Amino acid sequence: MPIFKTLDVSTPTDREILFRRDFTAPPQLLFDCHTVPALVRRWLLGPPGWTMPVCEIELRVGGSFRYVWRNEEGTEMGMGGTFREIAPPHRLVTTELFDEDWTGGETVVNSRFDPEGSGTRMTMSVLYATRAARDGALQTDMTDGMESGYARLDALIAESPAA
Amino acid sequence: MTPSEHLDATFTALADPTRRAILARLARGEASVAELAEPFAISQPAISKHLKILERAGLVSRSRAATRRPCRIEGAPLAAANAWIERYRDLWESNYRRLDTLLDELQPERKPTPPKP
Repeated sequence: MPIFKTLDVSTPTDREILFRRDFTAPPQLLFDCHTVPALVRRWLLGPPGWTMPVCEIELRVGGSFRYVWRNEEGTEMGMGGTFREIAPPHRLVTTELFDEDWTGGETVVNSRFDPEGSGTRMTMSVLYATRAARDGALQTDMTDGMESGYARLDALIAESPAA
Repeated sequence: MTPSEHLDATFTALADPTRRAILARLARGEASVAELAEPFAISQPAISKHLKILERAGLVSRSRAATRRPCRIEGAPLAAANAWIERYRDLWESNYRRLDTLLDELQPERKPTPPKP
């Protein structure tokens, strides 16, 4: 089994991007850090200078969540979604949509927190509405292209016989 | 083109399996249009169309010296795209490093996470 000490990004299918990373904590703690607002807003922040003034989570199937980030200039970025499946401490499925919709429609985010050694392996799959939606994220000009862009380059490198 | 337009052109060019395969082939060495078309079930004009998109993105250059006008892969735009993506991957990774710290705080009985490379 490979060890994902730092974030690993790959593209297992056309519409999907897979993030993997290992943590030194039990699955329940990882689950909590993704579902308890007081914990989420302490790490899910993005670039330096951004805070998370809004972090509302209604942790039940069909319940919604809402995140808003703000930087020092007052620029805001928001996203929200609903919980599709909640199976603590190992599994969480949500739908997500940014206010600016730079992902070309809703994404389905499937997170797993599996025991790995004395810690936890997080496996987070982000499924886009269509392949075009995933590719469309490349055309815009914000935080956006990142995931798809990185995944695309990964795919290119993986396909290259020289790699 | 602005740097942002360059990135758009690069990612657009990469967003196609045939063009990625062409780049993968060129990563092994120069090739003519005919040689590039060989492994694909598409015509040379179709390959030329893909090459134009790759050329516009600066990912491929074509020699004018020989009549076969061999195509060559150009590394600079890929390096620029990679640097750009790496910045955003770093951003996510910085989130997860913050999470490492928080997890350590939440388990005082456990040894802190060793610093990651």
